[in-house]
Amino acid sequence: MKKIATLLALAACAATAQAAPIGYEGARHLLNRVGFGATDAEVVAFAPLERDAAVDRILGGARTEPVHAPPAFVDEPFTPFYKLKSLSADERMAYQRKRVQEGFELRGWWLREMLDTPSPLSERMTLFWHNHFATSQQKVRSPQLMYRQNVLLRREALGNFGALLHQIGKDPAMLVWLDNAGNRRQAPNENFAREVMELFTLGEGHYGESDVKEAARAFTGWSLDRETGTYVFRPAFHDFGEKTVLGRTGRLDGDDVIDILLARPETARFVVAKLWREFISPQPDPDLVARWAALLRDARYEMKPLMRAMLTSDAFWSPGNRATLVKSPVVLVVGTLRTFDIHPFDMRPAVFACAALGQNPMAPPNVKGWPGGDAWITSATLLARKQWIDRVFRGAEPPAMLMAVGDAPAKPGAAGVPGEQRYQRMLERGMSEYAFDPSKLPHDAARVRALVLATAPVNPTEGLQGADLARALVADPAYQLQ
Amino acid sequence: MTFDRRRFLQAASLAALAATVRIAPAAEPRRKLLVLVELKGGNDGLNTVIPYADPQYTALRPRLAIPRDQVVQLTEQAALHPSLAPLKAAWDRKELAVVQGVGYPRPNLSHFRSIEIWDTASASDEYLEQGWLARAFALSPSPADFAADGVVVGPNAMGPLSGNGVRAIALSNPEQFLRNARLAHDEGRAANAALAHILAVERDVTLSAQRLRAGRTFATEFPRSAFGNSASTAAQLAANEAGISVVRVSVGSFDTHANQLGTHANLLKQLAEGLVALRGALIEAGRWDSTVVATYAEFGRRPRENQSGGTDHGTAASHLVLGGAVKGGLYGAAPALDRLDANGNPPFAIDFRAYYASFLDRWWGIDSRAVLGGKYSAVGFV
Repeated sequence: MKKIATLLALAACAATAQAAPIGYEGARHLLNRVGFGATDAEVVAFAPLERDAAVDRILGGARTEPVHAPPAFVDEPFTPFYKLKSLSADERMAYQRKRVQEGFELRGWWLREMLDTPSPLSERMTLFWHNHFATSQQKVRSPQLMYRQNVLLRREALGNFGALLHQIGKDPAMLVWLDNAGNRRQAPNENFAREVMELFTLGEGHYGESDVKEAARAFTGWSLDRETGTYVFRPAFHDFGEKTVLGRTGRLDGDDVIDILLARPETARFVVAKLWREFISPQPDPDLVARWAALLRDARYEMKPLMRAMLTSDAFWSPGNRATLVKSPVVLVVGTLRTFDIHPFDMRPAVFACAALGQNPMAPPNVKGWPGGDAWITSATLLARKQWIDRVFRGAEPPAMLMAVGDAPAKPGAAGVPGEQRYQRMLERGMSEYAFDPSKLPHDAARVRALVLATAPVNPTEGLQGADLARALVADPAYQLQ
Repeated sequence: MTFDRRRFLQAASLAALAATVRIAPAAEPRRKLLVLVELKGGNDGLNTVIPYADPQYTALRPRLAIPRDQVVQLTEQAALHPSLAPLKAAWDRKELAVVQGVGYPRPNLSHFRSIEIWDTASASDEYLEQGWLARAFALSPSPADFAADGVVVGPNAMGPLSGNGVRAIALSNPEQFLRNARLAHDEGRAANAALAHILAVERDVTLSAQRLRAGRTFATEFPRSAFGNSASTAAQLAANEAGISVVRVSVGSFDTHANQLGTHANLLKQLAEGLVALRGALIEAGRWDSTVVATYAEFGRRPRENQSGGTDHGTAASHLVLGGAVKGGLYGAAPALDRLDANGNPPFAIDFRAYYASFLDRWWGIDSRAVLGGKYSAVGFV
């Protein structure tokens, strides 16, 4: 009896929470989790909404195309890979330089999209899928193909996971990245077949080595047109014979295998658990994951019903789950710019910052993507985070000080961080347009604290105001969390 | 004030240099150094240490077999890839151990699961949270005045040093680490797990920064490559007056599913040149006899080449161990190419935990049974 009364009381509570305005802190929580920071004005605009209305507004604004025009190079004719072999050494060097430059342009364009888009969730999900179908320019070596994949990820970002999975298997960048372009029947290449099961759908332990081998046969012939860099099916490469994948036997092709994977319950559970870790907390609740996985399958892998269920859930709104997620470098960098209303003309310093902090977009460390969670923070990356924040918020210090700090030159190419030396130079000299403007902050100190941090600061901030308060808050370890 | 501290650290590092460089090798540290080199992505052991006399080798690899007249012969049966020629001198001096067939039972062919198995020294079906070195140092901490138990070079995950109970930091280069360390001074406790993790990282940064010195230069030149930079950082750390027990560097990706020949040759060249430079710098620093350098990877690659001119995920592979105190030579057993399993992979000859036990028991004197959860006989290379 008592139990029932408690349950009723809990249900009533939940119902009231659903019906009440989400308030300033609630709006801040929602906007930061589904986007990249949020300005005071954005938080104020969402505060009076009820939970459902706030989430519906966000999902209703979902986009399938970017607001910013892509860099011009994406429309240039595709340079076939085989033509590179006939270039002279100088031409090759020039081509490589151009490609590196295009890579920066592409990343800068995407970060600017994240910063300016009216639908940050669309970009958060594009980034989520980029991490899920983690593909790297390091191997693909064509910013054009990376761009085309990015367009696909955005088109289905809040669309349909099944459709996305079918298209990603034929995506040119993916065909190069996981070597399926050269997958032939006589001696199949297992790379894509393995990762599509382990990392894109079922998860490790839910398939056998024979499934990998058989699926690799089914994907033979999914290839690339050498001239245009677009998908082409090569019947001469394809194994038309009978295969058995996860207990299903037939003359399976790649699309059949993907349908077999989508039919398995593990797939939806795998994707939902990953979304939980992205949006709610580091520890997925198995019961809710199972329920939402069923929802995703019932909706034939449409993403919006699932996202609505997740974002309106008590789990998402629970105070116990606030500030439990470490911000990714992209979320930290773009989120800082967005929260403090900084809109630089040159996005390259932001691109370099993300890379130095351990997340170079379009260049994940491997096909599993960035490990994320607490692993974002090592002593190396934490110091890089603090250094970047220090530069943005340094502001009022005299130029002499900046010079003095800059006088110790960075040693050439620290391991693993692209363009380390250039980045250090940029931090010293090229960050002026990244400096924050304290006059854009609310006057009320408590509101600044609520805007900037997801939880109480570790260090005392009592008595601080304006720029000093902002500096203390962003320097606080709690600023690393969302 | 923070600024004065940086100046102070720089001055102190110069003083430390002046004091140590000329007089003598750095005072003999009380725990010797292990430099682990991760060959990320799974290195093709078969084209690294080549069974060039085995007819199966060329039969399995019509396109990828290294021609017999190009290999660097070690014995009648085994040879090094031509890119590893710079290491031949170390072999001749008996400073290079070639450990063949390192693997484990019921091998997992996923990169991520298999490196987790290697990092945590678990069984194939056992899931452990803590890295094997974290377990070792939790059991037997490095001397209290060491700069850290371990340092991971680069922005990578902590790997074998991940988990509680170990004093480990990650850095890309020591100068920059010391310059920025002043920014990490937060103290406190937190119920929030993510916040507690950040504060723990800050504590390790502060402690290490007090003891690390940077700016050590070497007459040895390091190659201009990513691995050359990592090797240079490893040398600086090894030469540091306050000790460090482990430095982990990495190179790769060795995940050569397609068009393997050129990529693999370049990577092995980077590796060999970096290791040779590291040796030179450690000799300068007087640390070569108290350092072992050892490679590891999640797996080797499939003996039979695929049709994209590459190799798929394999199992057991050869690894290299170098150092002034290493007992050079061949260990383990040549790959049994006539006994491939259902997936086409060779059996292992030496359990990777026996490989680890060699460092634990013989290099450090840490009881390997307590760390590895079983008895694994050390391999005799140290």
